[in-house]
Amino acid sequence: VNKQGQTRLSQYYNNLSIEEKTILEGELIRKCLSRVDYQCSFLQFREYKIIYRRYASLYLIVGVINQDVNEFAILEMIHNIIEILDKYYENVCELDIMFNIDRTHFIINEIICNGEIIDMNKTNVLKPILLMDKFSVKT
Amino acid sequence: MPAVSKGDGMRGLAVFISDIRNCKSKEAEIKRINKELANIRSKFKGDKALDGYSKKKYVCKLLFIFLLGHDIDFGHMEAVNLLSSNRYTEKQIGYLFISVLVNSNSELIRLINNAIKNDLASRNPTFMGLALHCIASVGSREMAEAFAGEIPKVLVAGDTMDSVKQSAALCLLRLYRTSPDLVPMGDWTSRVVHLLNDQHLGVVTAATSLITTLAQKNPEEFKTSVSLAVSRLSRIVTSASTDLQDYTYYFVPAPWLSVKLLRLLQCYPPPDPAVRGRLTECLETILNKAQEPPKSKKVQHSNAKNAVLFEAISLIIHHDSEPNLLVRACNQLGQFLQHRETNLRYLALESMCTLASSEFSHEAVKTHIETVINALKTERDVSVRQRAVDLLYAMCDRSNAPQIVAEMLSYLETADYSIREEIVLKVAILAEKYAVDYTWYVDTILNLIRIAGDYVSEEVWYRVIQIVINRDDVQGYAAKTVFEALQAPACHENLVKVGGYILGEFGNLIAGDPRSSPLIQFNLLHSKFHLCSVPTRALLLSTYIKFVNLFPEVKPTIQDVLRSDSQLRNADVELQQRAVEYLRLSTVASTDILATVLEEMPPFPERESSILAKLKKKKGPSTVTDLEDTKRERSVDVNGGPEPAPASTSAMSTPSPSADLLGLGAAPPAPAGPPPSSGGGGLLVDVFSDSASVVAPLAPGSEDNFARFVCKNNGVLFENQLLQIGLKSEFRQNLGRMFIFYGNKTSTQFLNFTPTLICSDELQPNLNLQTKPVDPTVEGGAQVQQVVNIECVSDFTEAPVLNIQFRYGGTFQNVSVQLPITLNKFFQPTEMASQDFFQRWKQLSKSLGLVLHFLKKLILILRISWELESSTRKPPRSDACYAWSRTCKPRCTGSRCGRVRKPFLRDYVNCCQRSFSLEDGGPGSCVSRCLRLCRLSSWPSCDEHPRCPRPLPFGLDRNTCVWLRKKSSAWTAAATAEAAGQCSARVLRLPAACAAVDLLRPLTPPAIRGKAAPRGTASLCGCRGTLSVALLVKEK
Repeated sequence: VNKQGQTRLSQYYNNLSIEEKTILEGELIRKCLSRVDYQCSFLQFREYKIIYRRYASLYLIVGVINQDVNEFAILEMIHNIIEILDKYYENVCELDIMFNIDRTHFIINEIICNGEIIDMNKTNVLKPILLMDKFSVKT
Repeated sequence: MPAVSKGDGMRGLAVFISDIRNCKSKEAEIKRINKELANIRSKFKGDKALDGYSKKKYVCKLLFIFLLGHDIDFGHMEAVNLLSSNRYTEKQIGYLFISVLVNSNSELIRLINNAIKNDLASRNPTFMGLALHCIASVGSREMAEAFAGEIPKVLVAGDTMDSVKQSAALCLLRLYRTSPDLVPMGDWTSRVVHLLNDQHLGVVTAATSLITTLAQKNPEEFKTSVSLAVSRLSRIVTSASTDLQDYTYYFVPAPWLSVKLLRLLQCYPPPDPAVRGRLTECLETILNKAQEPPKSKKVQHSNAKNAVLFEAISLIIHHDSEPNLLVRACNQLGQFLQHRETNLRYLALESMCTLASSEFSHEAVKTHIETVINALKTERDVSVRQRAVDLLYAMCDRSNAPQIVAEMLSYLETADYSIREEIVLKVAILAEKYAVDYTWYVDTILNLIRIAGDYVSEEVWYRVIQIVINRDDVQGYAAKTVFEALQAPACHENLVKVGGYILGEFGNLIAGDPRSSPLIQFNLLHSKFHLCSVPTRALLLSTYIKFVNLFPEVKPTIQDVLRSDSQLRNADVELQQRAVEYLRLSTVASTDILATVLEEMPPFPERESSILAKLKKKKGPSTVTDLEDTKRERSVDVNGGPEPAPASTSAMSTPSPSADLLGLGAAPPAPAGPPPSSGGGGLLVDVFSDSASVVAPLAPGSEDNFARFVCKNNGVLFENQLLQIGLKSEFRQNLGRMFIFYGNKTSTQFLNFTPTLICSDELQPNLNLQTKPVDPTVEGGAQVQQVVNIECVSDFTEAPVLNIQFRYGGTFQNVSVQLPITLNKFFQPTEMASQDFFQRWKQLSKSLGLVLHFLKKLILILRISWELESSTRKPPRSDACYAWSRTCKPRCTGSRCGRVRKPFLRDYVNCCQRSFSLEDGGPGSCVSRCLRLCRLSSWPSCDEHPRCPRPLPFGLDRNTCVWLRKKSSAWTAAATAEAAGQCSARVLRLPAACAAVDLLRPLTPPAIRGKAAPRGTASLCGCRGTLSVALLVKEK
C-alpha cells in the first residue's frame, strides 16, 4: 500500500468477499496512514492484530487473526520480505512491485504459504524465480 | 516507462498499468478498466485461439484489475487452461490467478482439481510446489476430500525434494484447519515429528508450524516432538552465528524457527526433568543473550533477538513453574519499559500483563509500578498508554489499589477519548474489587462520574446502585454524598440518575438534617429534571413517587408537579404514563398500599458484575479471566452473605425474582405430594389449553374463527373461494348437537365430498361424536347439512378437527378446520354454601399450598384494583391499564433497571384494548381485566425483548412463554363467555377463575394438571367486595 492509499499487492489466506476486502483495506490504510513515527508498529483492528512497517512511501501491513502471535517475528518477516525483493529487483521500489505483479506474488508465495512461513533463506527463496527468468530469456 | 519491467515483461500489461497510473480521477480509472475488460472479454470470446503468451497477459491484467477492487466474473476458464500448459511461466500465472481469485465454493474446483492431480503426479518438484500452493490457498472442502489422503504421503516420502516437503507440510496444515475430519491421523504422524531433525531448516520450519497446530488438537500423538524440539532449539541457540549460513538473520540464528519451536513447546506442560534441564538452559541462554551488548546497531538485529526473547518469556509464563526464570523475565521486561524503542515498550507492557497473573512474579511486577504510572503520563503513543492501563489493572491488588485507582482517575482527565470508556470500566471494577471501605468506593465512583460522565456506561451506575442497595452500612453515606454532589451547579446526567435512585430509596436516611430536608431534596432533584433526557426523567418520576411514600409531607408538592401539563400531557408516552399513573396511585391508594407498592428495593441477587461482563465483551475473554477468582471472593464481601455467587453467565440470567410484588417467584416450590384424591377437585387448569393443536394442517385464519366460537354457537366457521362452512349448535348439560352446513360457492359440483371428524387419541375417550355421512356430490350453489351429536364424557382439552376432502374440476381439495367444541360449552353454574366451599378448598389446598399462596396475592391485587375502579369515574382506559400494570409489576417497567421498554408496553396496550372491547360492560370485567393484567405482567416481555434483564418466571423457557401468550386470547374469549352468560353474574366470576388458572398454569407441575380429580371442573372465583370464593363444580 502506498501513501496515497492505493493497494499495490494483497494476499489473503482466508476467504473474504470482494466487498469485505475493499472495506477492510480502506479502513486499515486510513488507520495506518494516520499513525506517526513515534507510535509503535502494532495495533488492534477489529479482530485482527495489525503489524505494519513503513518503507519510504510504502506501507507493508500484515493482519493476523491469531491473538498470541509474536509481533517481532512478523515485523522482521516483513523486513526480510523486503530484503528479498530488494535482492531480486536490485533496489526495490513501488513500481517494481506494481509492474511485476506476477513475480512479486510468486516470491511472496515462496516465502509464505497459507499464512505460515515456508522459508526465510534468501537463496532458497529466489532460486526458482531466477531459474524461471533464465528459462524465459532462453526461449 | 515499461523499462522497470524485468525479463520477458509483458508489454501490454505494463502499458495498461501505466495508463491506470496516469488516470487523473476515479472516473477515468473506471472508464479505462471497463474498456480493458471489454477488450479482454472480446479476445477471450474471439474465434482466434489465443496463444499462451496473450492468455497469460490478459489473465495478469485481470489480476491487476481485481487488485484495484473490482470483481472479476470471467477469465477463470482461461486461467484453468493455463494450468495445463507445459510452460512454467504460464502454469505459474494460472495458479496465481486461481489462488488469488477463486474462492472455495467455485464450480471450477473440479477442473482445477484435475490439473492439480496431474501436476502432483508429475514428479516435477516445481510443478508439485505450485499445485500444493494452490491447494493451500484455496483450501476448499472439495479439495480436501480429493487430496487429504495424498499429501501426507508426499510429505513423508523419502525421495521428496525439500521444497516440496515444505509446501506439503503447510498445505496439509491448511487442509487440517479447514476440514480436520478429513485429515486422518496415521503412521505418517510419527514420521512428521522426525522432520524436526531434518537437515534443511526450511523443512523444519514448515514442519513445526504443522506440528504445532496438530499438537493443539492431539497432544498425545505428538508428545515425542517435545524432546526433539528442545534439542533442536538448543542446537540453534548455542550455535555460532555463522553456522546456519543463510538462516542467520542479522547475527541471530534462525529467529523464526526458534520462535516456532518455542511456540510448539507452549502446547505442552513442562517436560520431564531430563529434557527440562536442557530447556531451562536454553531459556537462560536466551535471557543471557538479551544482556549481551548488541552485535549490530541495526534495529533488525535487536528485533529478531527480542522476537526470540519474547517467545521464550511466553513459554516461561506458560510453564509458570520456575520462579527464578519468571523473576528474571520480569526484570528484563522492566528494563525494556524504559527502552527508547516504542515497539519494545509496548510489548514489554503486554507481556508483563500476563506475568502479573503468575503468583511467582506478581510481586516482581509490582516493583515497576512507578515506571508504569510514568509511562501512562508521559508516553506519546496512545496504544502504549492503553497497554499501561492494562498492566496497572492487572497488577492491582489490595495493597496498591488506592494508589492505582487514584492515578487512573487523574489520568482520566487527560486521557484519549478512545480509551476513556475502558478506563472508566476498569476503575469501576478495581474500586469495587478492592474496596475495603465502601465509602471510598462511593467517593471513587462519584468522582468517576464527575470526571468522565459521558464515558460512564449504564452498567457502571447500575452496579453502584446494586452495591449501595446490598450494603446497609453505606446507604446513609451514599445518600449524603450524592446529595452533596448534586449541589454542584452543573452535574452529569449519570450523576442525576444515581442521585435520583439513591435518594428515592434512602433519602429518608438524611432527611433528619435540616440542610437536606425532604423538600430540599426534592427541589434539588427537580431543578435538574428539565435538563435531563427522557429515561432520566422517567427515573426521576419514579423517585418522586417514592418520595410520596417516604415523606408524606411533600406529597402535595409532588402531586402538583405530576399534575402539571408538562408531565400529564408530555409528548413522550412513557413520561406521560408514569405521570398519570403515579398521580393516580398517590391520590387513590391508601398509605399501606403505597408502602407495599413502593417499599424499598430488596437486595439484589448477587451476580457477576455487569461491568466485568461488559469489559469482557470489549476485550475478549483472555484479559479478564484471570481476575475471575478474586472477583468471586469479593462478591461474598459485598453481600455479606455466605453463598459465593458463581461468576458464570448462567448466574446472571437467573437471579431470583424474590421481590416481585406478586411474589410468584417466591412461591414455595410446587408440591410434590400426591394429587387430591377426592372427586370434584379438578381445576379448570386444562380447560382451554392446547385448543389449537393440529392434527392436519389447518386452514389459515381458522384459529381466529375458532376463538370466536368459544363464546358463540352459531356462525360461519370457514370460508374460501369454493366452500363455506356454517355452524349451528346447541348444548345442554353434557350433550350437544351441532349442525354443519357445507355451501358450494361455485357453479360446478364437488365430487367425492367427504367430511371426516378426527378426534385425537387423547380426545377419543372423553368426547363422543356421532354423525352420518353426507352425499358425496354437492351441486353447484347447493348446501349440504350434516348433524353431529356430541356427548361429553369427561373433561377434555383439545378440539376435534373437521377434515373435508373433495374434487373440484379435476383438482383435489383438502381443508382442515377445528370444530369449536370446547369444554366450556358443557359448564353449568352451581350454588354452594360457603362452608362447603371452604371444605372443598381445604382439601385442595393440602396439596396445593401454592394455590393458596397465590390466592393471597390475588386478593391483594383485586383489592387495589377495586379501589381504583370505584374511585375513578371514567378512567382513561389505557391509563388505567398502565396503572394496573404498574401496581402489578413496578420493577420491570423501569424503576429498577431504568430502561424504558416501549415495545412491551405497546403490545400490552393492544392486549388490554382487546380485552376491553370484549368485556365492556360485562359483569366482572374489572376483575378479569385486572387479572388478565397480572397474568400478562407475570410473563415477561421475553419474546419481544431478548435483552430484557428480567428472568423468565418459574424457569419457563422462551418458547413456552410465547406459546402461553398466543393462547391467552382464546382463554379470554372463553372466560368472557362464562362471565356474560352461563354463570350467575353475582357469585361466579369465571373470568377471574380462568385468569387465576392462567396465572397458575406456569406454576402447576404436571401433578396438578395431569392427575387432578378426573370428574368435574372446579374454578376459583372471587367476587367484588367480600372476599368470598366459590368453587364451581360440575359433577357428571
